[in-house]
Amino acid sequence: MTAPMLRFEPSPDIGQAARRRRRVERILSVVSPMLILVVWEAVVRVGLLDSRLFPAPTMIFGTFRQLLMSGELAEHVGVSLARIGIGFVLGAVPGVVVGVAMGLMPRVRAVLSPIVASLYPIPKIAIFPLIMVIFGLGEASKYVLVAIAVFFFMAINSLAGVANIEKIYWDVAQSFRIPRWRAVFTIALPGALPMIVAGIRLSLGVSLLALVGAEFVGAKSGIGFLVWNSWQVFDVEAMFVGIVVIGVLGWAFFFAVDEIERRVLPWAPGNRR
Amino acid sequence: MNSPSSPGLQAAAAAGVREPVIRLSDVGKRFLSGSGEYQALRGVNLEIAEGEFVCLLGPSGCGKTTLLRILAGLDRHTSGLVEIRAALGDQPLTSVVFQEQSIFPWMDVRSNVAYGLKARNPAPDLLREQVDYYIAKVGLTSFERSYPHELSGGMKQRVSIARAFATDPEILLMDEPFSALDEQNRHLLQGELLRIWSETKKTVVFITHSIDEAVYLADRVVVLGGTPGSVIAELNVPFGRPRDIYELKALPEYGHLVLEAASLIRAAVGQGGAT
Repeated sequence: MTAPMLRFEPSPDIGQAARRRRRVERILSVVSPMLILVVWEAVVRVGLLDSRLFPAPTMIFGTFRQLLMSGELAEHVGVSLARIGIGFVLGAVPGVVVGVAMGLMPRVRAVLSPIVASLYPIPKIAIFPLIMVIFGLGEASKYVLVAIAVFFFMAINSLAGVANIEKIYWDVAQSFRIPRWRAVFTIALPGALPMIVAGIRLSLGVSLLALVGAEFVGAKSGIGFLVWNSWQVFDVEAMFVGIVVIGVLGWAFFFAVDEIERRVLPWAPGNRR
Repeated sequence: MNSPSSPGLQAAAAAGVREPVIRLSDVGKRFLSGSGEYQALRGVNLEIAEGEFVCLLGPSGCGKTTLLRILAGLDRHTSGLVEIRAALGDQPLTSVVFQEQSIFPWMDVRSNVAYGLKARNPAPDLLREQVDYYIAKVGLTSFERSYPHELSGGMKQRVSIARAFATDPEILLMDEPFSALDEQNRHLLQGELLRIWSETKKTVVFITHSIDEAVYLADRVVVLGGTPGSVIAELNVPFGRPRDIYELKALPEYGHLVLEAASLIRAAVGQGGAT
């Protein structure tokens, strides 16, 4: 007795199914936030949620328009963006320098890595009182807070970026007798750049986190101040406007970094011009 | 040390050529590994003449890459003497073509080819000329602005070869540069290498584990083997140039030479305890 032949019929699908699945995924990620807004609106309207604490999206949008028209919102956002911008540069530049130095020089790494590893997980907002004592109540203390938060992320990512560069590239430099300073600019920095850009992405989020906290307690302006102050005067709708704007800023940072990535990493697969 | 029995040098002398550019005398390499020490090379004696194309042939683990890294200045030997004739003027001594993917992914083809040369701060005109020349030589002119991730494996190795030649070194060191390529691409690049070499007459030290490759490319095949590795035989390759791999393979002498090399390697591997 012989075993039966198994039959395999051809499939007419030349990839339509996969394409259809991708289209569905795209639609889903547009629909899901909208669905949440609709449900939220409905739940408030029906009275399941107390509109004094959880105003409906339409009510928040009304307040958003008011704050936008009066210029108040733009002012708070502008102040916060300036703090993040200046603080970011103050923290990122030394962060990259220290991280790359640690990646290139084992002794520097041996000295600094326990220090970085122990300071990095401390919530930066926890040392904000100290920072205010040293740098005063003005803008400087906010710059410093953001800079410290950014510094650690940039240092750790730059270190990882340099440390993960394939050894063969250093062999190439050595075999051509490339001077060390030249290898820093032709191998270490470009090789670490993908990790550095990833560090920028993380630090922008972290600087928003740290700054909003700081503006809660030690500022008279900024998006964090808007949120906290609105709460204090029980202007819940304005508070929600602040929260949503923070979310939008985070999202905008993300896409800004995507753009940076496309520009500075033309060699990475998937970043074709 | 003098090694008067070296058939390569005899041939070289017969052809009216040239003194050695590389002389290895009783070279050994030992390093720490785990809890103990490992002797990778012992008593390596070898002379290589100017303009000679020498293949170092041996099974994996025989220390041939270690030897090449010593010649390239990437590693130091721990005993014996390594002598390499100093380069004239500004010329670099050696350039290396590595086995793995070694061109920089963050540089386009042009910048990669220019890399070694640039370190010597040449005049811009000279740099451009030299880079153009070698990119054209390896047939990548229309890809000069491409990044490595857009190139095939064979094209990447072409970039690597152009980069090594562009510095105009005294000696080219090649570490199994074609071992990752398919057979068609390998023959293509072997042919291109021989063509460029015949125009420049550089001294080439080429590492391979492929007997066919060694016999096709080399003036002289140096068989390495044993643990620790050392030179176990030297075979002169009597074929004229230019060579064609398929015509060569049709010759009975080719078969004899391959067979001789194979039995030497088999014996060496046998000593090492494997197979």
